[in-house]
Amino acid sequence: MKLELRGITKRFGALVANDHIDLTVEPGEIHCLLGENGAGKSTLMNVLYGLYQADDGEILLDDVVQRFSGPGDAMAAGIGMVHQHFMLIPVFTVAENVMLGHEKTRAGGRLDIAAAREQVRAISSRFGFDIDPDALVDDLPVGVQQRVEIIKALSRDAKVLVFDEPTAVLTPQETDELMVIMRQLKEAGTSIVFITHKLREVREVADRITVIRLGKVVGQASPTATNTELASLMVGRAVELTVHKDPAKPGNADLVVKNLSVIDHRGQLVVNNVSFEVHAGEILAIAGVQGNGQTELTEAIMGLQPRVTGSIMLDGNELRKASVRTVLDAGVGFVPEDRSEDGLIAEFTIAENLMLDRSNGEPFVKAGTLQLGTLAEFAEKTIVEFDIRAQGIGTHAGKLSGGNQQKVVLARELSRSLRLFVAAQPTRGLDVGSIEFVHTRIIATRDAGTPVLVVSTELDEVVALADRIAVMYRGGIVGIVPGTTPRSVLGLMMAGELPSTPEVAA
Amino acid sequence: MSDSQIPTQGPVPTPGTVQGEQPAPAAEQPSRFSGVLREIASGNALISVLAVVLALVAGAVLIAVTDPGVHAASAYFFGRPLDTVNAVWTAVSGAYTALFQGSIYNFGRPTFAAGIKPFTETLTFATPLIAAGLGVALAFRVGLFNIGGRGQMLIAAAAAGWVGFSFDLPWGVHLIVALVVGIVGGALWGGIVGLLKARTGAHEVIVTIMLNYVAFYLLAYMLRTPGLLQAPGSSNPKSPAMKPTAVFPHILGPSYNLTLGFILVIIATIWVWYLLSRSSLGFKFRAIGENPHAALTAGINVKNMYVYAMLISGALVGLAGANQVQASITSGFGSGIDAGIGFDAITVALLGRSRPWGVFVAGILFGAFKAGGFTMQASQNVPIDIVLVVQSLIVLFIAAPPLVRAVFRLPAPTVTPRVAPAKISGKKAVVTK
Repeated sequence: MKLELRGITKRFGALVANDHIDLTVEPGEIHCLLGENGAGKSTLMNVLYGLYQADDGEILLDDVVQRFSGPGDAMAAGIGMVHQHFMLIPVFTVAENVMLGHEKTRAGGRLDIAAAREQVRAISSRFGFDIDPDALVDDLPVGVQQRVEIIKALSRDAKVLVFDEPTAVLTPQETDELMVIMRQLKEAGTSIVFITHKLREVREVADRITVIRLGKVVGQASPTATNTELASLMVGRAVELTVHKDPAKPGNADLVVKNLSVIDHRGQLVVNNVSFEVHAGEILAIAGVQGNGQTELTEAIMGLQPRVTGSIMLDGNELRKASVRTVLDAGVGFVPEDRSEDGLIAEFTIAENLMLDRSNGEPFVKAGTLQLGTLAEFAEKTIVEFDIRAQGIGTHAGKLSGGNQQKVVLARELSRSLRLFVAAQPTRGLDVGSIEFVHTRIIATRDAGTPVLVVSTELDEVVALADRIAVMYRGGIVGIVPGTTPRSVLGLMMAGELPSTPEVAA
Repeated sequence: MSDSQIPTQGPVPTPGTVQGEQPAPAAEQPSRFSGVLREIASGNALISVLAVVLALVAGAVLIAVTDPGVHAASAYFFGRPLDTVNAVWTAVSGAYTALFQGSIYNFGRPTFAAGIKPFTETLTFATPLIAAGLGVALAFRVGLFNIGGRGQMLIAAAAAGWVGFSFDLPWGVHLIVALVVGIVGGALWGGIVGLLKARTGAHEVIVTIMLNYVAFYLLAYMLRTPGLLQAPGSSNPKSPAMKPTAVFPHILGPSYNLTLGFILVIIATIWVWYLLSRSSLGFKFRAIGENPHAALTAGINVKNMYVYAMLISGALVGLAGANQVQASITSGFGSGIDAGIGFDAITVALLGRSRPWGVFVAGILFGAFKAGGFTMQASQNVPIDIVLVVQSLIVLFIAAPPLVRAVFRLPAPTVTPRVAPAKISGKKAVVTK
């Protein structure tokens, strides 16, 4: 089916999220929609899917104008969507999830589960998925859950499939498998819109590339374009994809973690007997697929996990069982993984967020009273230094873009004198320009002689930053390898396999 | 009705109007003024005011419908429709005039001093409402729902009352000791809740509700038991009268009922404003109220803050309790001494948007309803229930800002659509595994 968007415009108040966007997706084509966060990709797709009504412009399927008043209309017209955050009900089986929303019933309103099972089997066998229709979605790995989403879309005869940042949650291997599936779908005549900001994937699978910036189409590119060309189209200026980094000059092992185990609130052993050291002036990156204990490991260091055994020594002081306050006072800077949940208070101003973890004493508090003048002065200086783009220090953090929010968190943590810097997913969801900034800052912190621990699920980031890489899998460390280790080896380690020639770095 | 629907179609241009050749309309320059207007229109204060207006309109309808004169005139509506209109006008204007004269200024009195008396009555009624409202609002700001105002007031009133009637202390000292003991009583009753929440994770809503019962029946028992709070030589469940040394002095002379309590409430309002906006403790309170996860990650001891917040919240409600026995009813109290203020305080806090000065204004508004309600009932035969209906409608409208916006066709608050969907799907959705 041919999809055509003509002059789509969508405004939110004064903000123009989509400005006369034209896009044509030919039948059997993988069309990549590339753009930074906030460029308007998701808005455009939500218009296509009927979640938003366009202020202007029209949607055509096979040259017929469509009017969608909701996702139901879009689905009926043959548009399917695989969401970034899966729209599946974890306690339902695969078949139940697939039938959800268009349940077939037999006499008396009984659900026709058998038909749904059959449908799941039919679609699975067509694409070579091995999926049990009666498996609970909760029990399936993330990659398989995504396939359930695909089956769900196909079960409604989707002729146009929209993949909204589908690889964000996948391992490199799962990503490769997804690419294969997308090619299969393409062979079968499905048109695919693939939304992403990862350049490597785009070049691997796309037939055509449309780049969006600030709500406008800024150009078309072919998959043969180089990363640098694509990135500069996206950002609108030349970008350094890999931040320049001098060789590390590691000093003493300031952070020594020994036999650390964490039991989470459900009683699961989520971090299993982990030991590592981080030296002054080096970056240790912890790689691994989301959910393999990295989050809990950083939380354990910060004092946010209640049930921790083993030892965490920073500068010779035991931090296990210390309160968060004590850990912060010991000079640990922390960029939490989920900045909107744990790092910032959306309703607070930038200035207030900048003093969030220094609400106890000087310089921002004297005699229990906030020193608003000092705070304003500090905030004014900081938003310049960290290039935080906002109307002013009184802007609420929730109104900032993801990149600027992360700069606020970084500014807060890096403006204290640090003995250890822990950054969890420091560039998740950020655009290329902000990634460059964050990486530069992290490397500058390392060069100032601070030990840095970076947790990332993005291999690109791990490779760009790390002096040494520890790969986590199911709560344990598979191995600690030098920063120059090839991606293929890291990919295997992330799946739990030890490299054949274990070159464990000191 | 039909023409009222036209504006809703306004913003959506019909697809045919803009053809491909036509130049795109120049993006409207959002003027500074329209931005400010939008802020005000989507802001909370305006919604509060409009909710009051809406409720007054709805109240007018109810007054008209329940008025016997309107009933009589509507019987021959088709014969002489103007009679009905007149009757409605008489009923509604009479009722609201009475409300005004009973709560703000009575033009029927010869002197200003006599005419302003209704307003001092309003302030007298507002005093405990503001104090308790501040307590509830403070808890709201920390993310806690303190519906234990009743229990905290009862304990505070009992404590202050006990000091007030059973000790002989010099003038001034007695008053202060009774007040402080009352406030401490309320603070402890609130602090229990904070402590239970911090140490065991018990939900403060359940605990506060249950502690209301505990306080009520505990007080009822003590009032029935000679030797505890019961007045000697009486068989009624009622305490002895307060000693004059423990009673708040009248600040405008004996002809007005306004007491020292109102001054204390003004001080409390300023103090709560300072606490929330300028103090380190208040900063932590607000951080927890907005996002406890981020507060925890920033090294704020969330559990301790819950205890402090409930202590202070209970103390403010305790001030209302002490005011009840030291100013409102000094002739001895029963177990209904809270007079429902503990629950009205929730309404006041909501109406005041949990801001100290908002609560202050909301408390005065509710005080006006109380003071004026009696006049409405006495002079116009408007059932007191109608006043309560209006009060309840205000809260209802405040609880549903989209409803008020829809009625007055206000723009929705500046949406940040790119953020919203991500928030819905959020962190929990990702972690299915």
